[in-house]
Amino acid sequence: MTPRRRRMLLIGSVLLGVVVSAGLALRAFEQNLLYFFSPSEVAAGEVPSERAFRLGGMVLDGSVEREAGSLTVSFVVTDYAHQIPVTYTGVLPDLFQEGQGVVARGRLDPSGHFAAEEVLAKHDENYMPPEVAEAVARGREAQGQ
Amino acid sequence: MNRVGARQAVSSRTRPVLSGLMPSLPVWFHRWGSPPHVYRLADRLRPWLGWIAALLIAGGAFAGLVLAPPDYLQGDSFRIIYVHVPSAYLGMMAYVLMAAAAAVGFVWRIKLGHAVAVSAAPIGASFTFLALVTGGIWGKPTWGTYWEWGDARLMFELILLFLFLGYLALRAAFDDQDKADRVSAILAVVGVINVPIIHYSVEWWSTLHQGPTISKLDSPSITMDMLAPLLVMIVGFTLCFAWLVLNRLQGQIVERERDARWLRQLVTERTR
Amino acid sequence: MTDFLQMGGYAPYVWSAYGITLVVLLLNIWSARRARIQSLARAAETAGEERPRRRPTVRQVQ
Repeated sequence: MTPRRRRMLLIGSVLLGVVVSAGLALRAFEQNLLYFFSPSEVAAGEVPSERAFRLGGMVLDGSVEREAGSLTVSFVVTDYAHQIPVTYTGVLPDLFQEGQGVVARGRLDPSGHFAAEEVLAKHDENYMPPEVAEAVARGREAQGQ
Repeated sequence: MNRVGARQAVSSRTRPVLSGLMPSLPVWFHRWGSPPHVYRLADRLRPWLGWIAALLIAGGAFAGLVLAPPDYLQGDSFRIIYVHVPSAYLGMMAYVLMAAAAAVGFVWRIKLGHAVAVSAAPIGASFTFLALVTGGIWGKPTWGTYWEWGDARLMFELILLFLFLGYLALRAAFDDQDKADRVSAILAVVGVINVPIIHYSVEWWSTLHQGPTISKLDSPSITMDMLAPLLVMIVGFTLCFAWLVLNRLQGQIVERERDARWLRQLVTERTR
Repeated sequence: MTDFLQMGGYAPYVWSAYGITLVVLLLNIWSARRARIQSLARAAETAGEERPRRRPTVRQVQ
């Protein structure tokens, strides 16, 4: 192979790599433009029934129930408009808490129940020391009263 | 007369089309594009940048690990922010610098532009790699996973790393430096579209990655005692990046100006 | 001190992230300096070519 052909081949493969990765990224996001679906979208029937998808929202306060003697846990995911009951068996991430964000991957059964195979915690972009968080919570309570 | 006119017409036609279309540059720009001037400036700046960067990074790491309070939700795992965010920021800034410098080199045929682009590429790649790795380490205890395919922020950050590596691979394919400069500049400039996509990915798509913390100007998302070490680290990383670029840039200038008289003088003075 | 090292139970994550960052920074510093110094050394070789070249002695060739 002449140096010229070797060069053309290398350039061609780099360009091909760029085009393919850009194409793959775009296709992936077109197919699954939403990384996760909200409970409202699930309720509206906008989710695939035959394949697994991700459900994202907040864990409803007071909805987490752990089954005694097993790793099975059930909770409700809400976007404060609709609610979807979820069951999951396995280890939960440290940040899994009531009132915090969650992304669960799994399938929806016909009764509207979501069976999760994987549960990830989604946190927001706010960072604060524990004392500040307590003060914020107290402030919210005072406003609510 | 006629013949001279014809010759001029030919020579103006063979000039690079783009630089004919672009406005001519002010004088200071040409001085900045002069390799001996930049080389000597780099010699003067390097020690200052290096030592200030080392102080800021050491101080920022101490403040982030010791002085900053733990997060109410994430506890001490949140301290990874002090290495993750500066790395991610510098990876993107390195790409912007690389693309801008390559564009200047391409359009105005200023060799120094290509030299800056080549210098920034490996450093940018390493910071992007660092952002991906520290992000994964942070993701495990918080999200519950090191990596999530399909998360837009993570995917486009990975593409940024591939762009840096593709730029370097493309250059390596040429023996002729001028050709390597011109072809790789096209890839650098086209790829810059990825940088705003990375930044806005968390707003355009629903992602596992959280939204921006410090780049939004409305309500503060982080308390001052947590933010201050982060800002110190970002400035420290930026100065460290500048120090690294200047070192590599001086190497590039020496390689590219090997036959120039000023460089021969400088080198013989040094070795004497 | 042990409290500090344990990082509230997140020690492996926090320390590995900071450790990798330190390693990558040091590698960057080393390779950037080396790139500059090696270029200068190569330039010094070619700059010397203009001057009358010293003939290699037999011992040098061996």
